[in-house]
Amino acid sequence: MLIPRIIPCLDVRDGRVVKGIQFQNLRDAGDPVALAAEYERQGADELVMLDVSATPEGRRTALHTVAAVRHELSIPLTVGGGVRSDADAAALLEAGADKVAINTAAVADPSLIATLAGRFGSQCVVLAIDAARAAPEGPEPAWRVVVRSGSQRTDLDAALWARQAVGFGAGEILLTSFDRDGSGDGYDLDLIRAISSSVNVPVIASGGVSTLDHLAPALSAGADALLAATIFHDGRYKVGDVKRHLAAAGISVRRTSTGVQP
Amino acid sequence: MTADRPKVHIVRTGTANLASVVAALSRQGADPVLTSDAATIDAADVLVLPGVGSFAAAMDALRRADVAEVLTARINAGRPTLAICLGLQVLFEASEESPGVKGLGVVPGEITRFTGAVRVPQLGWNAVACEPSCRVLSDGDAYYANSYRAGHAPAGFAAAWSDHGGPFIAAIERGPVVACQFHPELSGSWGAALIRRWLAAAGPERGLSSLSTTKAGARC
Repeated sequence: MLIPRIIPCLDVRDGRVVKGIQFQNLRDAGDPVALAAEYERQGADELVMLDVSATPEGRRTALHTVAAVRHELSIPLTVGGGVRSDADAAALLEAGADKVAINTAAVADPSLIATLAGRFGSQCVVLAIDAARAAPEGPEPAWRVVVRSGSQRTDLDAALWARQAVGFGAGEILLTSFDRDGSGDGYDLDLIRAISSSVNVPVIASGGVSTLDHLAPALSAGADALLAATIFHDGRYKVGDVKRHLAAAGISVRRTSTGVQP
Repeated sequence: MTADRPKVHIVRTGTANLASVVAALSRQGADPVLTSDAATIDAADVLVLPGVGSFAAAMDALRRADVAEVLTARINAGRPTLAICLGLQVLFEASEESPGVKGLGVVPGEITRFTGAVRVPQLGWNAVACEPSCRVLSDGDAYYANSYRAGHAPAGFAAAWSDHGGPFIAAIERGPVVACQFHPELSGSWGAALIRRWLAAAGPERGLSSLSTTKAGARC
């Protein structure tokens, strides 16, 4: 039985963490290496780093950041943001990413998924889907894929895209609710149900979590892992709080020597 | 400082991402050295055989680099070797992933794809339970990234088990030869402790005894 993963997400630009993060025990709250180590210490099961650098210098800095984080981190590291080619992916993997997340470039050219899966293996290829709820055409709710960091809506059906992407070789789906992201209203459970029942690969749910009570329902809806940013970054909860809450609800959590014991 | 750090050679073939393995060994005080040279692999005191990608591509790379025979010889001789993920799979005779391609065959049996109503690939953490005869392996939670696995315990090895749509081989060990389907280098402090115990089992005469620590968690 796979154990549900709790995955903090770091947004990094030009080598610095973008969103303000408040940990009293960190000297430099903008240092991605220090934050990554802190999250591992708290019991994080994996880390996602999204690089939002817009310039070529920023992209080169991102590789140094990945290497520095890798040096410290003994849990899996997924890196995404601006991956457009297999050369981009190769550079990130070489620097120390274990998985690469692709989004806009895969929508523009789905063969990129097959190229990456063929070269690095499906287990390295995470398809990030940003999905916005659409007016349903039938009895079931529907979602459309949003690209370019949420700035461009497409007509692509999210569940159909997920199935196609897995067919091309995507090994995991990072599913973000465009509507819930930043709302604090909880994960979009209908969306999680729709996507996780459409594909056979693991689904990481993202977007909307603001309290511990939002977590277990997302797992019940079919998510294999839960991504969260704000609830950890603003110091509201530690990863250990999440694990204890899940364990109390009868959900298995990873045994660690430093984190929570079930 | 580097001169004092015991060398651990890592077999580099193909496009496998080795940064995590290198980092994990460095954190344990070892000096990781990447190589695809058969003589170096043959002479290495302590060797890691990593691997991601497909069974066929990995075997093709090993044969093309002419290292298949030296790997087979050192494992049969019980010399310190840690195989990881696909590195474990190529020790077997064959894999359902690549029909007709021969593995190294130093471990009897065949690798097969996960079956049943489970997510494939298996990406994430899963519980590992050891047979009582394990010395390096211990019970705990391990990180996996695989679609294929060994379903049966090979004779002559102590085995550890996990379950994903049915029991499968998490790892096997025989002396200082340890092969893990999971990724110890990505398995947090539990994985780090396993790597420390393997380095210790690799032998004090190789200058690695200072790296050893007591076994954390359940002794199995």
